[in-house]
Amino acid sequence: MTAVDNASASTPSSSSSPSPSASGAPSSAFAVRSGGARQLAGTGVLLRFALRRDRVMVPVWVAVTGLMVLSMPNSLRSLYGTAAERADLMRQMTTNSSLRALVGPVFDDSLGALTAWRVGVYAGALAAAMSLLVVIRHTRDEEESGRLEVVASGMVGRRAPLTAALLMAAVANGALGLLVAAGLAGQGAAGALAFGLGIAGVGMVFATTAAVVAQLTESARLARGLTAGVLGAAFVLRAAGDASANEGSSFLTWLSPLGWLENERSFADERWWVLLLFAGAALAQGVVAYGLAGRRDVGMSFLPTRPGPATGRLATAGALAWRLQRGSALGWSIGFFLAGLVYGGLTEGAADLVADNEGARQIFERMGGQSGLTDAFLASMISMLGLIAALYIVSAVLRLHGEETSGRAEPLLANAVGRLRWAAGHLAVAFAGSVWIMLLAGLGFALGYGKEFGPILGACLVQVAGVWVIGGVAVLVHGVAPRAAMAAWGLAGAVLLIGWIGPALDAPQAVLDLSPFGHLPKLPGGDMEWGPVLTLIGLAVALVAAGLAGLRRRDVVMS
Amino acid sequence: MTKANPAIEVSGLHKSFGRTHALAGLDLTVASGEVHGFLGPNGAGKSTAIRVLLGLLRADAGVTRILGRDPWKDAVEVHRRIAYVPGDVTLWRNLSGGEVIDLYGRLRGGLDAGRRADLIERFELDPTKKGRTYSKGNRQKVALVAAFASDVDLLILDEPTSGLDPLMEEVFQHCVREERDRGRTVLLSSHILSEVEELCDRVSIIRKGVTVESGSLADLRHLTRTAVAAELASPPGDLARLPGVHDLDVQGNRVRLQVDTDKLDAVLRSLTESGVRSLASTPPTLEELFLRHYQDDQDDAASRSPERTAVR
Repeated sequence: MTAVDNASASTPSSSSSPSPSASGAPSSAFAVRSGGARQLAGTGVLLRFALRRDRVMVPVWVAVTGLMVLSMPNSLRSLYGTAAERADLMRQMTTNSSLRALVGPVFDDSLGALTAWRVGVYAGALAAAMSLLVVIRHTRDEEESGRLEVVASGMVGRRAPLTAALLMAAVANGALGLLVAAGLAGQGAAGALAFGLGIAGVGMVFATTAAVVAQLTESARLARGLTAGVLGAAFVLRAAGDASANEGSSFLTWLSPLGWLENERSFADERWWVLLLFAGAALAQGVVAYGLAGRRDVGMSFLPTRPGPATGRLATAGALAWRLQRGSALGWSIGFFLAGLVYGGLTEGAADLVADNEGARQIFERMGGQSGLTDAFLASMISMLGLIAALYIVSAVLRLHGEETSGRAEPLLANAVGRLRWAAGHLAVAFAGSVWIMLLAGLGFALGYGKEFGPILGACLVQVAGVWVIGGVAVLVHGVAPRAAMAAWGLAGAVLLIGWIGPALDAPQAVLDLSPFGHLPKLPGGDMEWGPVLTLIGLAVALVAAGLAGLRRRDVVMS
Repeated sequence: MTKANPAIEVSGLHKSFGRTHALAGLDLTVASGEVHGFLGPNGAGKSTAIRVLLGLLRADAGVTRILGRDPWKDAVEVHRRIAYVPGDVTLWRNLSGGEVIDLYGRLRGGLDAGRRADLIERFELDPTKKGRTYSKGNRQKVALVAAFASDVDLLILDEPTSGLDPLMEEVFQHCVREERDRGRTVLLSSHILSEVEELCDRVSIIRKGVTVESGSLADLRHLTRTAVAAELASPPGDLARLPGVHDLDVQGNRVRLQVDTDKLDAVLRSLTESGVRSLASTPPTLEELFLRHYQDDQDDAASRSPERTAVR
């Protein structure tokens, strides 16, 4: 009997049709009392279910991240065509702490090593983001919505949902690692394998981080926020560590999984043992997550919910919107201020280095758009934060969608709250909030850089025009085609990619023009052009108006 | 029975979602000051109808007047005088029940603080708990307290007691009666027939998006059959010829039959002619009434429809 149980649980394919004994009599002499296969019963079914639910998101994510990596050797070849140029680049990189902080140290001047250097941190971060979204989506999200309760009441082991989520993350990261390894094999098979494994390793470390965090909070949103915070910290630690060490990496870098990826030295005499760090960290976090998952009640968490006030002061839909969004607005505010501070502080040194290299200068000039190098650097960093602010505005606008599909908007709108008034609260947080976080980023940049307060703040505010257009599209989609509201994320992601790797790939202007950010004046340093800025703001206003008109005319989406 | 200004007046309401015809010509009239039961099997369109009444969904065709206004055009004005309790209450995870009650109250016509305190006590609700820490029943209590404590004219309750225990069900019924005594109108969608029987002045039954029956419970009872079992002194006369007799079963002097309740008199007269030794007559239950309406039985529907028009 036990043998059958073990077999059915340990091979996912057969557990989809569980043998009757899997529900086994507790009195059975052979019954496994705790742990073991019984706790994993149903994992196979859940994994297949997860594969089906993620059949769009994961392949797209893997493809985009993979293509970003695989396109890099060609674009590097066009920038640094000769071995001498590449050697030159490498020499400069090792002597400039600011640029090292930005993109990490270079370990070899081959195209493969430069690719790993240029995109490693970003590819790792994208794998980490994918993993955390996947794991939270299949664990805490399911619990918060109450769907897991029904699943857990079936023939599903206590630890099966978590196992299935981690397996799903493993499948996604494995696919990404394989794609990278196969695609870069031409640059050296060993390096390609190491790099692919490293990216997948970063993904799995953050998958298990998410698995731990999912046990701690009752809210999936908070769990995502906290894990993203850990990812941000890993990013900063890697940067700080690389900036502070002249040779190799400081211990700060070694605290960050993204630093491990870098120190794996793919294509540069690979240190295979670094892969053990990924495995060890994933294993350790996995053990913690499993321990916590086995110990707590379904739907509950280790951070208990404190009781609230017996009477409330909320009196308007707007106040409610602010109350619901203030937490994430605060998180974004802190993040943007710190990012501004860090990159502002790096500006001077980074610009020095870039001045020496024609190719790197061209990239920055294309991103930043003018020749004064500190300005070009500032402009490119500010525009990067502008692109990230587009993610904020989409998440804030789509709160409307979340409120609607969860059924919370329905009773609210059955009160004396017009739809426009209801939407206005959330849109105020979204649109004013994006101005606010860009202002804070500007403040951080100016403080970190120590001068040019006015131009920097102005440059940050100009980004808002592009951010608002993305927000406007989100409002429009939500208002007109609510079932497709999530497509707004796709748009924000596309804009992010165009702005992020478009200049490095020397993409044609027609592609860059697709993004509203491509039309913004390059500030600071360039000339302020009111025309495009005002046009974009006008476009954003029109999009919002059209979206709200749609919202007024359509049915409220029922849960 | 209907007063001059009905609280809710719906006629010929149509609403489709893609190919699904959720409402196919629904009629509903709720008089001011009455408690109106709104019944129908799952998927009959009750919640869709309620959402149209609230202006959350836009009707494809038909007339909807609620408190004398169009709920789609004048949603905000209408909602000021309405309290709504959805069948599935979802709360915000980081707001306490008390905060939600107060928010809803302020977003309607206002909240009676004394009544709020009283209701919280009667429903034994802990207003300091947050969001998901409430059970289904307790989430419903939050919405019910907010509704009953609000200063409104019309309450629309969509299966409001599906998660309440019998004690709380009692409290709920008491609250609805208080509302009626205060002159408020209540539209109560429910599957709990005892609750409907206890509370409602009139009921409307819908099926597949159409109103199939509407009237007082006494009216509706009239439409059902009474089961009669009798032992007679001699074999009965030709009962089968009497109108409204069904399922006749004669075994010597024993008779079992079903008879449309409004035709009962003729049957009893015929039975007494044969000398009644014993007689058991089972009055129609509400359950039977509803089951007959809920059952998707073509023959049944066909055989009943002429009677229904006759009564109307």
